[in-house]
Parts: sequence; structure tokens; C-alpha cells
Amino acid sequence: MSVANGFEYLERLRDFFYSLAELRDRLKERGFKWPRPYSADGVRTGTVKVKVGFPAMLRNGVIMDVTNVEQAQIAEDAGAVGVMVLDKLPYDVRKAGGVARMADLKVIEEVMSHITIPVSAKVRIGHYYEAFLLEEAGVDLIDESEVLTPVDEQHHINKWVFSVPFVNGCRELCEALRRISEGASMIRSKGEAGTGNVAEAVKHFKTLYTAINELNAARRAGEEERLRDYARQCQVPLELVALTAEMGRLPVITFAAGGIATPADAALMMWLGADGIFVGSGIFKSQDPKERAEAIVLATARWDDPEAVVEAQRMVSERTAMAGIDVKTLKPEELLQTRGV
Amino acid sequence: MKVGVLALQGDVEEHEQAFRKAGEELGVGVDVVKVKEGRQLGDLKALAIPGGESTAIGLLARRYLEKLRDAVAGGLPTLGTCAGAILMAKEVRDSAVGETGQPILGVMDIAVVRNAFGRQRDSFELDVEVERFGTLRAVFIRAPAIVRVWGGARPIARLKHPRAGEVVAAAQEDSMLATAFHPELTTAAMHKYLLELARGRA
Repeated sequence: MSVANGFEYLERLRDFFYSLAELRDRLKERGFKWPRPYSADGVRTGTVKVKVGFPAMLRNGVIMDVTNVEQAQIAEDAGAVGVMVLDKLPYDVRKAGGVARMADLKVIEEVMSHITIPVSAKVRIGHYYEAFLLEEAGVDLIDESEVLTPVDEQHHINKWVFSVPFVNGCRELCEALRRISEGASMIRSKGEAGTGNVAEAVKHFKTLYTAINELNAARRAGEEERLRDYARQCQVPLELVALTAEMGRLPVITFAAGGIATPADAALMMWLGADGIFVGSGIFKSQDPKERAEAIVLATARWDDPEAVVEAQRMVSERTAMAGIDVKTLKPEELLQTRGV
Repeated sequence: MKVGVLALQGDVEEHEQAFRKAGEELGVGVDVVKVKEGRQLGDLKALAIPGGESTAIGLLARRYLEKLRDAVAGGLPTLGTCAGAILMAKEVRDSAVGETGQPILGVMDIAVVRNAFGRQRDSFELDVEVERFGTLRAVFIRAPAIVRVWGGARPIARLKHPRAGEVVAAAQEDSMLATAFHPELTTAAMHKYLLELARGRA
């Protein structure tokens, strides 16, 4: 189903947030340009159509984590629809410990000047200023990510105030709807980043779609109370729940992320309903990044054609895949997915 | 009527929906096929090449680029939006990187500059006057600009942009339409025209 169906409601929701005058004034004092003015010739930037429409162009594509220009070029040549610039790959973040922050602006800018595909970067949950810096630098998509160390345990960024689109992680529907009501233009599963283990992403997608299908059935059966209860339970607007129930999917593009390491992993997530794939450590922590990148692109684009997926899987060898981490061996405090719900 | 959307990467579902809506408005039964293989092109009456990343689409289509080129150049009514327009153009450059050397179809007498209006934060919407279609709400997402039109192609929409200046937003050459923006996100008018072209041919 087309995400264009959700534009109208999301625009109303955006207007609602815009009309919260108190918040607007507070942010104005902090230097945010909000709302952005019309330019003289009617050119309007940062609108819902532009922000939610952009991820729609990434459909059936792969966004790859990279740490430098060489990796970004490998990603572009392999047919990636975007790169995510990081200081360390999630696997290394996990190993290094300490505080994980936004990537080096110089590296991000260098990557932007060398490739033609969109460049994304991660900010810490709740870190308005990292986001502000990335918007100024011209990053195309911001990931408010649990892989980095959160700075606000209570709140995420109000993403309506930015003209650059945001993607947020979720483990289930309520979390996804809260992020959308905060202005996220795209959702991804959290999975368990840096493990090379796709199990958590599978769990999160199944949980997400089970809930959506239940709401969809409730709506068709005219059980409006169920939708109301759900909205209350999730603390999100009823209209957003109703829209999701009606569309039978999230009203924004939904990618799979967290532990995807092989072409078969990517095809599996597409089959489970993902619109596209984020690959973190899976490519550049393997010993065959070039072939693996191409193979995952092929398996994502052609996931519904078994022959193509077989061909993709043949392009790589299990011996060169990243060594995974079993999620069950991680201590609760080592889990990234529980950050920022 | 069997129509196709090139379904390798990009906003395929949005084009499918636009085709279906166009069919409903015209009262024509439309069967929309996701085109992933060259052999699916044979019995199509119209084709949409979606928005997306033109590099990714070009790489994924490289095995049947020739077939696709023959079909489109051979008169299959085709609409290319954004990345689709880039693939149809004979000349492609990128505003930051310059020569891209990417695989393209190269079927229309137009030259495009990728990311001509800036990065995603500069993506915009605007009412654009399009010949035959009237005023359309046009959404430009990391859009290319058509900077030169020659030979058989002619501009059908223009726009003035604070940074890129006056550029062509849409062009037509015979039964080929290329738009820098995404009509599929806001209207079915151009898909309707494709169906009409297809009906005229049949």
C-alpha cells in the first residue's frame, strides 16, 4: 500500500504540533527556525510529503553502515540506496564500551562529497544538538539510534521541528506509533545491533505486524473501542491508530535492521513485510564486503524470486560472514534494544 | 489492460496505486505488473519507471537494460519520475560528484543534473504548471533538474528555483514522459495520460 495515503493525516498531526505555541516559542528562543518560511516563489521545504516521501524512494533498497569514504564507495558501487556514516560499526561499539556519540562531522562531509546516494548518520536519543548539527551539515536522513548512548532517558527528539527526515527504531507497534507521533518519517526494527544475529529483528517484525493485523481486523469488524483502547495504552493519538489499522501497515516506510548479515537474512526480512534493509556490521565486518554488499542488494530487491536469492546467496560464503553473537549470551545491561522506548 | 512498473527499487507501490486509480477514473480495467525481468516487458501497454536511487536501479537492471531500451525507444508509453527520468536521459551528471558513469537507458534527448536542488533538507513541493495537465502539486525529492532539451524532446513544465534558477521540470518525447518530480505521490493525471496513449496505440 502506498504511503501517500497517510500524508493528509500526518500533515494534520504536524500542524497540531506546530500549533503548540508554548513549545514553539521555547524552541524559537533556542534558535530553531520554525516554521520554515515560504520562499518568495512558493518553494516549500521540510513538508510531510517531502519528509515521508523521501523514504518511499528507498523502498526495496539497502542502506549500509560505513565508517569512511572507501566503504561508502563500495556501498554505492554495489547498488546501495544510502549509507549510514558511523564512527564505529555497531559490533565495535559493543566491544569498545564507553559512550558512543555522533560520527565525526569531517568524515560525514567527506563521504557526502564523494558519493551521489543519500548519506545518513546517527544521533543519540534525545540529543537535539547533534541532530541540529547534522541538519546543518546537510545529512539526508537522521537515525535517532539506540546504538549510541542515549542522553535523555525520558524523551525523544521532537522531529517535527526539523526539515530533515528522521528514522527511529521500534520493537513493537506502540513504540513505532509514539515515534511517528513525535515526527519520525521512517521506522526500522531495532533488532539487536552488532550481533550478526537476525533473530531479534524477526521477533520485532512479527510483533509489529501481528498487532497491525489485529487492529486491521478490529477496524473491519467495527470494533472502534479496541482502537481507542490501543491508542490510550500506547499514549498516541487515536487517529494515528485508526490510520494504521486502515492502511494495514505503518503509515511511514518501515525498514528491517539489527543483525542482518547474509542475503538470506535480508530476503527473510523482506518476506516478513520490510520495505527495505539496513545492514550494519554485516557487510564491513565480513571478509568479503564487496561481494556481500552486492549480494544483499540483489536479495533485497528480488526477495520474492527464489532463483535470484539463491544466486545472491551463492555470491558469498558462510566462512567469510561476520562471526555472530548469540543474543542469549548478552547480559540485560548489554542489550541496546531496551534503550529509549 | 496490462501495464508495468519497473520494480527493482524505489516507490513502486505508489506508481501501482496511481495506475489503478487512473484505470478507475477512465473506467479501464488495469492489471499492474511488477516488472523485474526483461521477459515481462513483452505484453505491456505502458510502463512507469519509479523514483528511487538511479544508481541502484541501473545496476539491478543491467542484465536487461538493452531489452528495456528497445521497448521504451520502440514506442511503449513510458513515464519516468525522478530516478526514472535520470535513467531515460541521454546525458547524466551529478551536482557534487560530476560524471557518474552509471548505467542508464539513454532514450530521451534530455540532459539531467542529479541532486540539482541540493540535499534532502532542500527537497521541496511547489505548484507546477504542466502542459496538458494544468497545475500539479509537484514534490521534488533530492530531485534532478532537466538542464537541456534538444532533438525530439520538448519541455512541458518549467520552474524557477532560488538556487538552481530556471530549469525544466518535465519533458516529453513522443510517448515518453520524464519528470524531475513525483506525480505518483499527489496525482494520477499523468498515469491516466499513459493509459490514454496506450489505448490510442491498441
